[in-house]
Amino acid sequence: MAVELKDNPKLDPATGEYRVIAPGQSFRSVTEKITRIVLTPTTPLGWFALFGVAGAVATALLVAVTWLFLVGVGIWGITQPVAWGFAIINFVWWIGIGHAGTLISAILLLFKQGWRNSINRFAEAMTIFAVVCAGMFPLIHVGRPWLAYWMLPVPLTMNVWPQFRSPLLWDVFAVSTYAIISVVFWYIGMVPDFGTMRDRAESKLAKYAYGLCSLGWRGSARHWARYETSSLLLAGLATPLVLSVHTVISFDFAVAVLPGWHTTIFPPYFVAGAIYSGFAMVLTLAIPLRKFYHLESLVTERHIDNMGKVMLATGFIVAYGYAMEVFMAWYSASHWEAFMMWNRMFGPMGWAYWVLVTCNLAIPLTTLWSRKLRTNMAFMFLLSIVVNTGMWFERFVIIVTSLYRDFLPSSWGTYRATKWDYMTYVGTLGLFTALFLLFVRFLPMIPMSEIRTMLPGAKITPKKAAEAGD
Amino acid sequence: MAPREGTYGLLAEFDTPGDLIRAAQQARLDGWRRMDCYTPYPVEEVAEAIGFHRNKVPLVTLIGGLMGLAAMFLLEVWISVWAYPLNIGGRPTYSWPAFIVPAYEWTILFAGLSAAFGMLALNGLPALYHPLFNAPNFCDGATTDKFFLCLEALDPKFDLVEAKKYLQSFQPVSVVEVEY
Repeated sequence: MAVELKDNPKLDPATGEYRVIAPGQSFRSVTEKITRIVLTPTTPLGWFALFGVAGAVATALLVAVTWLFLVGVGIWGITQPVAWGFAIINFVWWIGIGHAGTLISAILLLFKQGWRNSINRFAEAMTIFAVVCAGMFPLIHVGRPWLAYWMLPVPLTMNVWPQFRSPLLWDVFAVSTYAIISVVFWYIGMVPDFGTMRDRAESKLAKYAYGLCSLGWRGSARHWARYETSSLLLAGLATPLVLSVHTVISFDFAVAVLPGWHTTIFPPYFVAGAIYSGFAMVLTLAIPLRKFYHLESLVTERHIDNMGKVMLATGFIVAYGYAMEVFMAWYSASHWEAFMMWNRMFGPMGWAYWVLVTCNLAIPLTTLWSRKLRTNMAFMFLLSIVVNTGMWFERFVIIVTSLYRDFLPSSWGTYRATKWDYMTYVGTLGLFTALFLLFVRFLPMIPMSEIRTMLPGAKITPKKAAEAGD
Repeated sequence: MAPREGTYGLLAEFDTPGDLIRAAQQARLDGWRRMDCYTPYPVEEVAEAIGFHRNKVPLVTLIGGLMGLAAMFLLEVWISVWAYPLNIGGRPTYSWPAFIVPAYEWTILFAGLSAAFGMLALNGLPALYHPLFNAPNFCDGATTDKFFLCLEALDPKFDLVEAKKYLQSFQPVSVVEVEY
């Protein structure tokens, strides 16, 4: 181990940790590295290939949603008693994925975790695209999406107003606020970088477009001071926001009296699960990106390692949530709770529970202890897919296996998703990928101004040392 | 406003943030007030050096947040108690605990928008044109790896020849005159 430490230039000898930024980077080299990806006149062929595939998959969503609007939600597998099927599963899954972006950009900023700087921009982009995918589901699930504005408190000629005592309405405000604040935070974070892009763009169109987006940013010391205050405040506001969003979503379930939903553990366990799956999605995106765009010196093993640690911690909170559900099913001495848990594990859809346990607990929580595995890119990429699958099944288990056999055996039913359900779900994966590909092509995916603060050149040297050429 | 003419100021370029801070501190000590620094990333010490210690963004954010809180809570009360009272399982129409959640979300929404747009407004952005963009070394410097100190012509101490000499004494990479 000691030999490895000495010989590996990627490790910082002072701490024994991987470096956040590989040695030998200057302000200019970092700027070049990041702007070149966007300002290149030639788009890599691989980008077109991926965009083609993602676009084709997103078309499936378009077809599915068009048919849905023509025919109605009857084309889906939802029925009585499982009236919340794929749409709500996907809604919770996507919005949970989004939460890691806010966690990285806001909470880690408040905790002064400098390593977040390389990954926060694309994690925020991931948040926004995940919220786009998530927000669509409740809207199309209402059956008549052209009447979705009824959910808003607007003066209508019918004189009907929303009912503010329902968690479903709280969701409207939580998710819309989350979407708006995420976009604003993301955009404000990019303004100085748009200034860099404007100044480095060759083509007139690029200069004009980035110039417009940069709002005329010129890096004035007064502007920076206000900007830093504003970023900190936005981070401080986004932190309680992100915790509240998934809490409110968990209220949609926890406020109901259904066994399997009616529990107080839901808010913290939903938030931890959201962060768990979100970090998995950041890994799914970051590992191929750093390889494809040669960003290994900016998104280093340290980032992957740290994200693995966060996943390990949140994974255990999720494990605690699962354990507590089982415990309460027994401890509550409620016949219905006990049956729900037995049915969830060993009933006709018990397989889904065991997929969830394997993907969320058995595989990650045994392997993430090893630093060797945490810094193995191929392993972490596969693991991130496994965890995302597991988290999707968690929502499937919560929604479907709680609903399909509730109190009265005569009203039991089953749930089977139709091809339209699958097309809609897979289609959002395509939409998400396509949006993300557009982001990496046209916007700076790593925040240059924040990376600069971490470079050795940003260290302020006293005059004597400066004169000595240090 | 008619376009101004003449000199906007003198722009000195430095290679390191340390040089810029020392020059800015000295200029402030020597009585310069109409000046600004330009850096490619936030350097807290630079704002301190030119005497910019406090800003109004937190106040704007606070006011915005309180407005959001009041707006949503009052809207909820008005709708649920007066405009459209509904009997939901016999619960009181004024169910204030349930109203907290949307009011909380709008506090954050309004505070966040105020923090972002308040910051831009206080900074005078968007301002797509600025005289400094006329300086040949400013673009691709101030947003990449160069550090600038600008003494503005509006400062009562400003004299083109004297100020140029003064800036030269800090041994900058260059001093350029910026026109409107």
